[in-house]
Amino acid sequence: MNSATLPAANRTESPLASAFRQALPIILGYVPVGFAYGVLAQKSGLSGINTVLMSVLVFAGSAQLIAVGLFAAAASPLTIVATTFIVNLRHLLMSAALAPYLRKWSKPQLALFSYEMTDETFALHAGRFAKGETAPLETFGINVIAQSAWVGGTVLGLAASTLITDVKPIGLDYALPAMFIALLLGQLKSRLHLLVAVTAGALSTVLMLAGLSQSHVLAATILAATLGLGAHAWTKRRSS
Amino acid sequence: MDQETIFLTILGMMAVTYIPRALPVLALARRTLPEPVIRWLGFIPVAVLSAMLVPSLLAPEKILDFSLRNIFLWAAVPTFLVCWKTRSFVGAVVTGMGCVALGRLFLT
Repeated sequence: MNSATLPAANRTESPLASAFRQALPIILGYVPVGFAYGVLAQKSGLSGINTVLMSVLVFAGSAQLIAVGLFAAAASPLTIVATTFIVNLRHLLMSAALAPYLRKWSKPQLALFSYEMTDETFALHAGRFAKGETAPLETFGINVIAQSAWVGGTVLGLAASTLITDVKPIGLDYALPAMFIALLLGQLKSRLHLLVAVTAGALSTVLMLAGLSQSHVLAATILAATLGLGAHAWTKRRSS
Repeated sequence: MDQETIFLTILGMMAVTYIPRALPVLALARRTLPEPVIRWLGFIPVAVLSAMLVPSLLAPEKILDFSLRNIFLWAAVPTFLVCWKTRSFVGAVVTGMGCVALGRLFLT
């Protein structure tokens, strides 16, 4: 099941065409969210250049939307930077999880790769890398296409911000959740993985509802992965 | 806030976003990690994907919602089934978006 939920590799396809095909759900998801960010940033008093620069330099969907809200509420720069740090801290775990697959990559390649590692590009790469698909050209292709969609959406939002007040995409805001469903299915490699997934999902929801709105993903991930490790050790001891 | 301060804030955001993304992969990629660490890291993708996805389906408005109005939750069922049965990634995404569009048309 895990290889099948990702697009089947087409031998004659060029790396960039393959990157584009795999990144398509990200494009569909990023353009409208980038658009919404562009509109909100304008309304929050960011100049056009700063609005686009944030998408180029930071490239973090939820953190950018939260930051724009904080700018609008006249929060201090320190508050905005600290909030961004907490919101994006989950990438620490994603970066660590991909490390074992990238032994052959050079430091500059790794440095460039992590610059464009978002929730969505991570989700795609976690599936690809596990199948041995770590070709740099295709990997960077996916990342650059994803960020282009994000920056493109931002520019469109900027251009339309005087015309549009509310963004309500027909079904486009489900492109990323649907992609996550497909990629999550591909990650369910064993019963233990299923246990970890159910635990992480439930914990994350409970923690978010309990008011831990910025770090529930990070906390739930660490706890569930540790439970998985413990359950593995326990079943191994019982069977030996 | 003036635009220069906003720009400096954006640079600060860039630093605190990039460092957690880059440090682990730079520090760990060349290293031989102990077996339990590798195993723990192997659970991270499934855990983090579920931790991000599940709250967005069960509580899109930050309160648990199992009513018919929660289109995100119910659209997940056909999306899951299509992905599971047809093993098509694109098919799953198209199904999900289509169901949400239809749901908005008829349910709200």
